[in-house]
Amino acid sequence: MADTIRKISLLERLGFDISSGYSEGRKILILSALLILLLITVGVAITFGAYNISIADVYRIVLVHISPFADVTGVTKLHNTIVWELRIPRVLLAVIVGTALATAGAVFQGCFRNPLVEPYILGISSGAAFGAAMGIVYSSFFLSIQLSAFIFGSLAVAMAYFLARVRKETPIVTLILAGVIIGSIFSAMVSILKYIATDAALREIVFWLMGGFYYATWGDVRLLAPIMIPCFLIMWALGWKLNILSMGDDEARALGVNPEKYKFILITLATLVTSLAVSTVGIIAWVGLMMPHATRMMLGPDHRYVIPASAILGGSYLLVCDTMARTLTSSEIPVGIITSILGAPYLFYLLRTRGKAMLG
Amino acid sequence: MTPMLDVKDLHFSYGDTPVLRGVSFEVNEGELCGLFGPNGCGKTTLFKCCLNFLKSNRGSIRMDGKDIKKLKVEDMAKIVAYVPQEHKPPFPYLAREVVLMGRTPRLNGFFGISREDKMKAAEALDLLGLTELADHPYNQLSGGQRQMILMARAIAQETPLMFLDEPTSALDFSNQIRIWRIMRMVAERGVTILACSHDPNHVSWFCDKVVVMKDNRIIKEGSSRNVITEETMDEIYQDVCSVRSFGGIRVVLPRDVALREEMRGFGKRAVGMIGASDEGWDRLQRGGKKESVILSQTLSHRLGECGVDKRQIRSGEA
Repeated sequence: MADTIRKISLLERLGFDISSGYSEGRKILILSALLILLLITVGVAITFGAYNISIADVYRIVLVHISPFADVTGVTKLHNTIVWELRIPRVLLAVIVGTALATAGAVFQGCFRNPLVEPYILGISSGAAFGAAMGIVYSSFFLSIQLSAFIFGSLAVAMAYFLARVRKETPIVTLILAGVIIGSIFSAMVSILKYIATDAALREIVFWLMGGFYYATWGDVRLLAPIMIPCFLIMWALGWKLNILSMGDDEARALGVNPEKYKFILITLATLVTSLAVSTVGIIAWVGLMMPHATRMMLGPDHRYVIPASAILGGSYLLVCDTMARTLTSSEIPVGIITSILGAPYLFYLLRTRGKAMLG
Repeated sequence: MTPMLDVKDLHFSYGDTPVLRGVSFEVNEGELCGLFGPNGCGKTTLFKCCLNFLKSNRGSIRMDGKDIKKLKVEDMAKIVAYVPQEHKPPFPYLAREVVLMGRTPRLNGFFGISREDKMKAAEALDLLGLTELADHPYNQLSGGQRQMILMARAIAQETPLMFLDEPTSALDFSNQIRIWRIMRMVAERGVTILACSHDPNHVSWFCDKVVVMKDNRIIKEGSSRNVITEETMDEIYQDVCSVRSFGGIRVVLPRDVALREEMRGFGKRAVGMIGASDEGWDRLQRGGKKESVILSQTLSHRLGECGVDKRQIRSGEA
């Protein structure tokens, strides 16, 4: 008994239960606060739009769709289409894609033991760009731009992975180099396609490359959400293993985490979600790089918290950016431009203020 | 009793370069075993083979009676803990999170970390007196502190075997001794430890058993008293070290330092024998006396061995 009491007091003194800074209770509190913030952002974002609909009307329409007892009177067909068929799927898609990119970013950074890695490091973006460009230029041959972007994006990563695999091991440096090589090959091929494309196709390729949510539909949401959610949950569950992996391969092995196996699982999942996101909305920069950084500053580097928090933050950030993209001017601004314009100064600030502590 | 660690006829090569050629040794339960040898003799490779980081070409390694080739990574981590040379991880994990990582082989479930695991980590920190460091980011600690946190992590892992890769290489003298004391303490608790080190004194003072490697094989194995001898030291580092005993404690000294001290000691004794005072010693050093000649003749043989010029000895400069 006395021993137990001593142990408990020891725990408390060591700050394992309650302490300043990074205590678990506080982390969960911050996580919940972020989730509420995301929900509020969603709630606000659906009321914004080029077409002026009153806030009350917007919520009445939402209510009509989610509750069977709601009052249907007073909802015009036009408003219903705008809110339910255009705005809401777009808002949800922005949240899903932001979540996917930020989660993948956190996972890639942990796996590669480098806080400057982004989800496109292994050539997903170039591969997907090539796939999309093929789909646009040879539209009769490829069934869908999205499918071909997804296939080539994943293919690029698979190629990089197998290129880097020597004697059943994939050293990180080799993997990153392989990613750069594969990425540059696909970029070159995208350039060839741009060169031979017709003017209209070229315009479409450029537009795709900048990324955006203009064509968001419920179909996209229905396609992405069922894949995204389980992938995210698995990655989250592997958060502690990712902590171990980020200590290095030998140490991971000594701590009972098979680095080859778990790196493969995590990279595959992260690639899958990134590839899906990129093939749906194009290349959106910065979200995957920045959000894990921002979370580490709030919650510390434990990936059990970094993964969900960057997912939530990524969703909110991309939603804010996309809402700005569709409302700032009368015509749309590609969202990739906004994420970069907002993101670049932030990273610059990070490097100047916390660079040493964060990057070692 | 089966040995805790049993290495038999281990062979390993990087490509065509052989690094281990028929290495065999064993360590019994609760022993603190030092692995000693010059740079590039294959210590680290032996370590990595034992920990299954590298796959040996031939030979067998058994830990706690189990063949490690047949063990999964997860099960291996329940038998052996590894303390790497100190390093910086890319993310600023807190010291207590790093220690908690030692519990990984015993975790299960979604979030996984139970109160008991935290308790074990806290105990390990407390055992090494590191409570104060618990809430500091690990990558901002000093080298010695990081090394001790890694030891705490290995203790929290609760394995019967512990491997330490040059645990004292980057530390100041007091921290080196502290780490060795901790290793002794851990060994007293029944953990078998294999630690490689470059310091013959540390190995001879603190280890129960020493394994000496040279040129990719083991040249000596046994209790530290029998192994760390002048003969062994000469075999690995030609004519660099002398072994002396002070109050029953073996000390390995650089040979020139040992001889310098001895010459003075011997001279003083000689002066004592002829009943001269300090003044007499001064005269002796100035030379010209009969005693000085006797002294030089006795020492010249040994000094000659270390390459001191005979004329220098005669003129009393040496």
